[in-house]
Order: sequence, then C-alpha cells, then structure tokens
Amino acid sequence: MINLDILAQKMELRHICGSTDREICGCYAGDLLSWVMSHAEYGHIWITIMSNINVVAVASLCDVACVVLAEGVELDPDALEAATKQDICVFSSKLSTYELCTLVSKYINE
Amino acid sequence: MADEIIRFHFDVDGDDFSSAGAASVEVKKRLRQLGFAPDVIRRVAIAMYEGEINMVIHADGGVVDVEVGDDDITMILSDHGPGIENVELAMQEGYSTARDNIRSLGFGAGMGLPNMKKYTDDMKIETEIGVGTTVIMKVNV
Ligand SMILES: Nc1ncnc2c1ncn2[C@@H]1O[C@H](COP(=O)(O)OP(=O)(O)OP(=O)(O)O)[C@@H](O)[C@H]1O
Ligand SMILES: [Mg+2]
Repeated sequence: MINLDILAQKMELRHICGSTDREICGCYAGDLLSWVMSHAEYGHIWITIMSNINVVAVASLCDVACVVLAEGVELDPDALEAATKQDICVFSSKLSTYELCTLVSKYINE
Repeated sequence: MADEIIRFHFDVDGDDFSSAGAASVEVKKRLRQLGFAPDVIRRVAIAMYEGEINMVIHADGGVVDVEVGDDDITMILSDHGPGIENVELAMQEGYSTARDNIRSLGFGAGMGLPNMKKYTDDMKIETEIGVGTTVIMKVNV
C-alpha cells in the first residue's frame, strides 16, 4: 500500500483533477471498458489511453483510486468537467502504459 | 423500515453518450446514502451500467427500474430495441455486434452481459426480435 499523493510524486504524474488522498493497493491497465469493469478493483490505479466521458463513469463505478492517462493523452473537455464535478482523480503522463506499470510495481510496496 | 421497498425510475436516452451511465452513478450514490456495503453497491452499479450502456448502444435507449428491498436489490432494464437473436451467443465473452465508432469509445469487448451475470446473483433476459429486450437482475444484500 502507498498513498496516492506520494506515488504520483515519485512517478512524476501530472495532476489534472480530483483529490489524491487515497491508498493504492494495486493497478489495472486496459482500454476496453467492460474488461476494466470486470478486473479493476477498489483502490487500484487504472492506466488507460481512453479519454472520453465514459472513462469517468467507469472510474466512479469501479471506485478506482485514480485514472492515469498514458502516452500524453488529454481528457476530453466534457470528461474533465464530469471528473471535476464528481471528484474523480485523474493524472496524465507522457510515459507508455508499460513504463507506467513498471513504475507502479517499483514503488507500490516500497 | 421492514418490508418497505424503495423504488427508483430512470429514462435512458438513446443517442446520448455523454450522459450514458448517469442512472448508474445516481443509483450508486443513493445506495451509499442508504448505507449498503461497498461490495453490494459496486456489484449493482457495474451490472446496471453495463445494462444501461447496452440500451444506449444496441437499443436506442429505454427505462430502468430499481427496487431496493430488505433482502435484495432488483434492476429491471427495458427497451424497445431490435431484440437479441441468440441470447446464448450474446452471453458468450467476446461476442459483440458493436460498430467501429462505438468501439473507438472503449465499448464492444463483448464483456457486458458476462459482467452482468458475474456481478449479480440472478439474471434473466426476455427478448423478442423487433419488439425489445428486458433484463432483470438481482443482487442479494
Ligand atoms: N439491449 C439490447 N438490445 C439488443 N441487443 C443487445 C442488447 N444488449 C446486448 N445486445 C447484443 O448482445 C451483444 C453482447 O452484449 P455485451 O454487452 O456482452 O457486449 P457489447 O455491448 O457488444 O460490448 P461491451 O459490453 O463489452 O462493451 C451485443 O453486441 C448486442 O448484439
Ligand atoms: Mg455491452
């Protein structure tokens, strides 16, 4: 377990919106929303390249700790509005999904 | 209160992707206010979301009724869409008729119906070609 705020700093994630005061217990990476809903769990970091508004709904319903947009992807304007309103935590990073996963793995049990 | 059933009703718009999922998010919020366990809330919310999205993508919208009882939560999703030709096939992981523009949004993995089954304790599909589809799901509390 690691605090999201601390992990985000170590991974040099760019904060887009939402509160960061949560504990991280795992990670799921994927872009097909039904797969994510089948496998992502409470307290996970969800890494994806999807940026539309449905990402916000899925993040909220799965109760993941945050969404990390990989490869420099930006959140769509209506998605940003929804995420801000619902206090869904979103970060972005220039790194690839693979690179982000290796960093999570490195820091999560430190 | 014992034996008191709380009911929610939602209209789900057919072509509106930006608000798709709004009913599920709302139900999640209300169940949280009612003090249900996080696991129960999560299962209801995900199953309902998958059903809600299916109505938007495949059936041009519909209605959702949620009944919160003492022992279980029932979700009834009804649409007047094209119906499902082969339910057994549709229930298989990976089967999808979603078009490319829908897939580009992250849908179309063919995992929605299997997820609904996985996250609920009971699921029934009533469907007729050209008439519509009703999905009834129950989650024990
Ligand atoms: N309400 C519905 N009306 C008509 N057809 C439906 C309905 N729900 C599901 N189907 C049919 O069943 C198929 C499988 O549904 P399922 O939810 O499992 O996958 P999907 O919606 O195609 O993709 P995913 O849910 O992974 O995004 C759909 O592609 C569609 O052909
Ligand atoms: Mg589906």
